[in-house]
Amino acid sequence: MYRWDFTPVLANADLLAAGLVNTLKITGTSLACGLVLGLALALLRLSKHRWASWPAGFVIEVFRTTPPLVQLFWFFFALPLIVGIEMTPFMAAVVTFSIQSAAFFAEVFRAGIVSIERGQWDGARAIGMTHAQALRRIVLPQAVKRMIPAFMERTIELMKTTTLVATIAYADLLYAANEISQKTFRPLETFTVVALIYFVVITAFSLVARRLERRMAISGESTVH
Amino acid sequence: MHRWDFASVLANTDALLVGAIGTLHIFAICLVLGLSLGLVVGLGRYARSRWLYWPATAFVEFFRNTPVLVQILWFYFALPILLPFSVSPLEAASLGISLNSAAFSAEIYRGGIQSIERGQWDGARAIGMNWAQAMRRIILPQALKRMMPALTNRAIEIFKMSTLASAVAYVELLQQGKLIASLNFNPIEAYTAVAVIFFVFLWPLVQFTYVLERRLAGDE
Amino acid sequence: MTILKVSGLAKRFAGQEVLRGIDLDVTKGERIAVLGASGSGKSTLLRCLNFMEMPDAGTVTLDGRTIGRRESELTLVRQRIGMVFQQFNLFPHMTALGNVMEGLRTVRRMPRDQAQARAGKELARVGLADKAANYPAHLSGGQKQRVAIARALAMDPELLLFDEPTSALDPELVGEVLGVIRSLAEEGRTMLLVTHELGFAYHVATRVIFLADGTIHEQGTPDEVLKHPKKERTQSFLARHKEFSL
Ligand SMILES: Nc1ncnc2c1ncn2[C@@H]1O[C@H](COP(=O)(O)OP(=O)(O)O)[C@@H](O)[C@H]1O
Ligand SMILES: [Mg+2]
Repeated sequence: MYRWDFTPVLANADLLAAGLVNTLKITGTSLACGLVLGLALALLRLSKHRWASWPAGFVIEVFRTTPPLVQLFWFFFALPLIVGIEMTPFMAAVVTFSIQSAAFFAEVFRAGIVSIERGQWDGARAIGMTHAQALRRIVLPQAVKRMIPAFMERTIELMKTTTLVATIAYADLLYAANEISQKTFRPLETFTVVALIYFVVITAFSLVARRLERRMAISGESTVH
Repeated sequence: MHRWDFASVLANTDALLVGAIGTLHIFAICLVLGLSLGLVVGLGRYARSRWLYWPATAFVEFFRNTPVLVQILWFYFALPILLPFSVSPLEAASLGISLNSAAFSAEIYRGGIQSIERGQWDGARAIGMNWAQAMRRIILPQALKRMMPALTNRAIEIFKMSTLASAVAYVELLQQGKLIASLNFNPIEAYTAVAVIFFVFLWPLVQFTYVLERRLAGDE
Repeated sequence: MTILKVSGLAKRFAGQEVLRGIDLDVTKGERIAVLGASGSGKSTLLRCLNFMEMPDAGTVTLDGRTIGRRESELTLVRQRIGMVFQQFNLFPHMTALGNVMEGLRTVRRMPRDQAQARAGKELARVGLADKAANYPAHLSGGQKQRVAIARALAMDPELLLFDEPTSALDPELVGEVLGVIRSLAEEGRTMLLVTHELGFAYHVATRVIFLADGTIHEQGTPDEVLKHPKKERTQSFLARHKEFSL
């Protein structure tokens, strides 16, 4: 019978903490960039002009249909050689995950915007608003409310996807696990602890998300996915 | 400006072919295991008995709320400590991806089954069917049709997840891409080729889900 | 001869007492019309008879045997008590013939050709021989309900339960379904029929019961209950349904 011993892992709590901070840093940065970029992609995608909607659609499709790990390797190993800039693992990760989540967010934004009834556009236009004003003041505020559950779900996916940065040696939580397990020869305890940390963080986030969703359901908002 | 040189990739077509077979191999394993185990767990999530409901729910919550790469590494590095034998890269990756997909597809199955109106159960029971007969003959066939787009999406996710097996050095497309890049110093072409191959594999599947979704929306 | 005996039947939903102590004997060949306001528990009563709802108290005795609660026993009971629903509940992924065959094949394990012949005969009996290959989506409401009746008949039930079989139909389709039920009555089938078609009840039923407050408030021959009701609740219920013609 194997004797479990967590003390070597707990002795490296500082490494785990630093790893978790880095995981959250990548998640947060990519989320912020992904949202902005996603909205831009959605608006381009909805544009009447083919030269805008078609490339946006292409980017969305490519990033939704290729594996995130392939994207990450491409941005880390290939892109720097093409453009001639040195890429740190952090930069490559943020670029990859921003565009990748933007591709998913774009579809959420688009569905949300499309779900707003024509009457709202008409009403805004009738009081003299431009297209941009109607979008910003009338349509988006209503649409964003409906999109919150889908955003939450995507954010959880994003956090899980950030573990891929461990494969390009960025010191996130999973990378810390690898390091500690090699140092202490305690892979069982280390990976179990790290799995539990992810579980706790993600579960906490999804509980908050669910509560938010329920509150919105009570206030009678429909949602898009 | 970079001078593209795909000749160095084409010279390694056989290596990519080996990788593609590895990818399809693990994809097939995880698709079958993940979607069938998912049905079992989904039925557990749907069950009234708490002895079925709670274990199924714990399973779903755990595997949905941990990253699949962590699961794969756990099965590869941690599980062998508890077992009298070693775990191969293929086994570790298949376990991680299958269990993760089971958790996600379980929720698809449960949602699909729940979406069938109560009247269908009534109709089935009124002619003397028991629970299993009603489920197999009446409820599941209708639910599966509604779940097709979501299940196809899951299949696409499984295909994409198969690249994570490269983290434990299982030989699949991305792993072969790495190999080609390091042997020929051509990461740009090697990784671009891998990305294109995945896109070519998956793009038709993605379009197929759109067709399924549209057809379903038209039916109902 | 009594084929179904109900005594002390009670059913509660979330604290609300829907049925409280129903006693009812059904004799072979009897046709009982069940009346009552919406929400008075008519559907619940029918669903308790074949245990689609579990009664909280009371017993149901079929052919002298009190029905237990084991699923294997209930599935047998449900084969002997046919049920037709307001919303038809046809199986949309099967043809009309497939719907009628389903119980024979899956529950009775009858060989395919035998089940097919039997189902074809039942469809012909409800006048739908030419619609055997149609899916429910390509049938009218009246045709759907006739398929549902054929589906119940295929199991050779000793007792038929109809729960407002024409309430979901457009007025011009009601007649064809009532026609089928009338022909079953003429064959001497035993049935319980929840309906708001009071004229039909008057002509076809051998007994009428009026449900109120979770009990049988009044019962008797169609003449007694529908034309000369004694209780005030029954009178005011009938007054609200005055548009019917006796
Ligand atoms: N499955 C159920 N759960 C909770 N309440 C129910 C259920 N079925 C029926 N009821 C309630 O029982 C009462 C009687 O319903 P029902 O038997 O359908 O009446 P009727 O068929 O006479 O209109 C109603 O108040 C209804 O809301
Ligand atoms: Mg009713």
